[in-house]
Order: sequence, then C-alpha cells, then structure tokens
Amino acid sequence: MTQQSIQTMSDRDMQKVNVRQRIVKIIVQVLLYAFLIVMALIIVFPFYFMIISSVKELAEYKLPVQTLWPNKIVLYNYVEAFNTAHLGRLFMNTLYVGVVSTVLSLVITVLTAFAFARLEFKGKNAMFAALLATMMIPGELFTITNYQTVSNFLGLKTLGMQMGSAALKDMGDWKNSFTVLIVPFLVSVFYIYLLRQNFLQIPNELYLAAKVDGTSDIKYLWKVMIPLALPTLISITILKMMGAWNSYMWPLLVANDEAHNLITNGLRNAFTTTAGDVNIPVQMAAVAIVSAPLFLVFIFLRKYIMKGVSRSGIKG
Amino acid sequence: MVDSKKSWKAWLYLSPAIVLLLIFTVWPIFNTIRMAFLENYNFYGGMNGVTFKFGLGNFMQVVTYKNFVTCLTNTLLLCVLTVPISTLLALVIAVCLNAIKPFQRLLQTIFFLPYVTNSIAIGMVFAAMFNMIGTAYGTQNELIVTSGIINNVIEFFGGDRINWINTGSTKLANMIVLVIYIVWNALPFKILVLLGGLQSVNKQYYEAAKVDGTSRLRTFTRITVPLLSPMITYVVITGFIGGFKEYSSIVGVFGDDMGPTGTNKPLNTMVGYIYDSLRNNLPGRASAAALILFAIIFVVTMLNLYISKKNTHY
Repeated sequence: MTQQSIQTMSDRDMQKVNVRQRIVKIIVQVLLYAFLIVMALIIVFPFYFMIISSVKELAEYKLPVQTLWPNKIVLYNYVEAFNTAHLGRLFMNTLYVGVVSTVLSLVITVLTAFAFARLEFKGKNAMFAALLATMMIPGELFTITNYQTVSNFLGLKTLGMQMGSAALKDMGDWKNSFTVLIVPFLVSVFYIYLLRQNFLQIPNELYLAAKVDGTSDIKYLWKVMIPLALPTLISITILKMMGAWNSYMWPLLVANDEAHNLITNGLRNAFTTTAGDVNIPVQMAAVAIVSAPLFLVFIFLRKYIMKGVSRSGIKG
Repeated sequence: MVDSKKSWKAWLYLSPAIVLLLIFTVWPIFNTIRMAFLENYNFYGGMNGVTFKFGLGNFMQVVTYKNFVTCLTNTLLLCVLTVPISTLLALVIAVCLNAIKPFQRLLQTIFFLPYVTNSIAIGMVFAAMFNMIGTAYGTQNELIVTSGIINNVIEFFGGDRINWINTGSTKLANMIVLVIYIVWNALPFKILVLLGGLQSVNKQYYEAAKVDGTSRLRTFTRITVPLLSPMITYVVITGFIGGFKEYSSIVGVFGDDMGPTGTNKPLNTMVGYIYDSLRNNLPGRASAAALILFAIIFVVTMLNLYISKKNTHY
C-alpha cells in the first residue's frame, strides 16, 4: 500500500466516526428537548388547569371526563369570585400594607446597611455577626412572643385596664390594625446583608472624595450609593411586596377581621373547603385573580426577582 | 474627634433598626426560652403578674402529646421524601438545560414560574385537580359526579380512580398529593441555583473528559456532581429548613382542617402544632415546641454541613 491510500483510508474512517458522533449528538439533543418539554408541560399544567377551569360553566366543569378546552367560555365566575371573596377590599388592604411596609423597610435597610458598610463604630463586626446568626432561628420562635407583645405592648394594656383608661388600653392592644401587620417585619436581616454587600462593592474613594468636597452623608447616600445599588433595592422591593401578598399565618393570628384582612387569608376564608362538592370554577377564578399581579411583576421584573432569590432561598 | 463624631452618627443611622430588633427579635429569643421553661404558662396569667413554676413541664407535655408525634412524623416524612426527589429532579433538569442552546432562556423562565405563586392559592388548584366532585364516597349511596382531572388521566391509561383528598381518603394518598405539590413548588429555586452553578463550571474539565473518551454518565457523576457539591449542599440545607417549616402548602390543599374533611388534623406539622398551641392560649407549650423545632433544624443543618465537607471536592 502506498502512503496515499493509507491516508485516504484513515480519512474515511475519521469521516465515519464524525458522522456517527453527529448522529449521537442529534439524538441526545432530541431526547434532551423531549424531556425538558415534557417537564415544562407538567410544571405549567396547574396554571393551565386554573385558567381553563375558571372560564367554564359549572355544568361543563362537572362533566365526567373534563374537557381540555372549554366548550363555552364564560367570564361570570370572575365576577362571582370577586364579590364572594370581597377581593376589592382585600386588594386594597394588601396593597396598603405592602407599600407602606416596603417604603419604611427600605429606609431602615438603607440606613443600617450604610452604617455597616461605610461608618466606623465600636463592636461593628460583632454586631453584624450577631445579626446574621438570628437568620438561623425559625420565625415561629419570634412569632410566639411577638403575638404577646402586640396584644399588650409594653404592658400598656394591663396598665390601662388597671387605671380604667381606654386610651391607654388601646395603645397597648395592636391587634386588628394595620400597624400590627407592618411594624414587626420592618427590619429584615437578610435585606440588610444583601444591601451591605452591594454597598461594600462601591469604592471607598468615592466616599472620601465626597467628604473632602464637604458633601453630607445623607446627600452622598442619596446621590451616589442609592443609584449604584438600585438593582438590589428593586430586588428587595419585589421580595417585600411578594411577602405581603403571600403572608398568611401572622395576619390570621393578629388581624383576621374584615377591615384588615389580607389577600391570602381572605381567599382561604372565603373558600374554606377545597374537597367535595364545591364550585371549583369560581374558586379557580379567585385564585387566578390573586395570582395575576404576581405574574405581571414576574414578567416585567424577572431579572431582579431571580437575582434576589438565588441568594436567599426564602420565599418572600 | 472625627471618629467620635462619626460613631455618634453611625448609632443614629442604626437606631431605628436597633429599636425594632430589640423589640421583635432579641426580646422574643429570651422570652420564648423563658416561657418554654415556665410550667403551664399562659398569656392571661403572664399579664396579671401570676408567677409560674420553673420546670420542664412544657417539654414533657409536648413530647408525650399524642398529636405531637403525628406532627413530627408528618414533618420528617415530608422532608425525607420531598428534599431528595426535588433535588435530584432539579439537578437533572438543570444539567439538561445547560446542555441546550435554543430556547434555553424560555424554558428556564417556565421552570421558574411556580416560584412566583401564592402557596395557599396554588394549593387550591392542586386540590381541584385531585378532587372528586360528588358526595358520600366509600359509603353505600356512593355518588361521584366527576373524578377529577388527575383521575381522568389515570382512567385514560386504564387505571382505577383513586380517592386522593376527599372524605375517606387514605393518608398515603394525601401524602402523595402533598409530595407532588411541594416538589413542584420547590423545583424553581433549586433549578435556579444549580443552573447558576453549572454555568460557572470551568469548561476545560469537560473538554479533558471528552479527550479521554469518558462516558456521559461518568462525566456526570465524576465531574458535574463534585463540582456542583457546594450548590447541592446549599439547596439541600435550604430544602430541609423549608421542609421542617412546612405548613402553608398543607393549608393550601386541605384548608385549616389539615386533612380530609371530617378528620382531626391527620396531616398537621410541627409549625401547625406550634400555631395550634398558640391559638389555644398555651404559649409555654408553643415555645417548647418551637425550641424543639429549632434544635432539629440546627442539628440537621450541622449534619448536612459535616457530610458535605467530607464529600466536597474543589
């Protein structure tokens, strides 16, 4: 055999191997997509089910074998859901609590994170470590005492009862108010941590330069730090709003009256049973209305949510 | 002088946070421990200056209470089932997502969707999917109108319908529904973290494996998993912590009954037990249970860290 024929033979072999490799690669890709699409369909199915069920007539929903697309699309379930659960009031309550607690929480978080990132004071590191340590404790442990605290703040209720002063008694009893839904959760160690890390990335020279120019701390914070840390602040805002939207247990304990009910409690209270002979299309319409704002926020601010979440591991 | 002025300012900035933390975080830590060790403590007596005997009574009451054992086993069972299943599934999905190019973003977004939901609200959707409409299941005048979409699927493949959540359903069936729901709910966070980890893995390892002709499975077990081990540890630990605090998913599916209608909270969890005690004006017992929960979470977290330290390869 000549040198050349050996050359062409090995070329042909190489080509064969290449073709085989390519076929394997294509098959693997097809399998990957098939698996991912099936999983994605399973993930999405509950949402699909919720939407199609919410636009069905009750009679159609009760067919022995459910239809995968409504025969007739009706919207009155939404009206009924809105009225049964007083969703309008619940929306306003939740929005109020969410906005007020987010704004106050942002102010406190920014000030605290700034102090921890830029200012010097005694015991700074020890205090920050202690703060982080509290993140390990399950929230229920705090809830028990906080329930007591808001029922009789600083013992004012007892004092008011002893002295026969209704004003004092009211000051001590925070239950069934918006205050009780907002104040106990204004400080979040996790948000402080997140923002401090972000502040630390901003070069200290900027701060020193500002000092030389005679800029006040507050002005520097407002003009330099906050704009640079905006993505983190947006993440915090969204997570905080989602927290108000999804909070269930604390409102149930301390503010379960109609005037202060939040959306999740209102939903659960309005539809106490989920099993048996219940009007599921109306329930699904209510669930869809409650879920819609979360989806809208997600569509527009996906980037910030995913960034904040990947660092937290907690919901809300 | 400048230092002292600055330090004064720092405390001013910190003051709102410090005041709130003292009232709602620091004081609760001490007070909850105190209440746990005061026998038969209740709020009314506490407010009116009644003195309570120091002792372990609350802890004894908690561990000897029949329903507490149910709550503890339910919580443990849900943890042990949902954490491995969701972690493994998330790992497989993340690896697959990492291996494709077109539509990667779109699929990633879809897989993240269950995260932005209200766990009570979507629990109601899962309940509807597993619900059979009708009355008196399992009795003589059995009357079932609809068997529910999940049972429709089972029947389509030739199986028999199962009573998942209605009156008379078995605990096994209830648990399966909860595991499915919790895994569905837990996937997005785990996929997000694991995919983030995969995307930061150095490509050279894979090229080296390719040159050596290493099989895909071996590449996965010998390169991907070890390099991802810090992220896997992270999702397992947060998964266990979340699992031990499981509560609202069950309220979502079953309502405040924590079980099929007409039963006495067979699916209650540790957190549910704490809230029940609190609502029944038994803060001492609630505190004792909360401390036990904290101890369990602490031990499991440490155990996880210890195991992962032994198995982490960098």
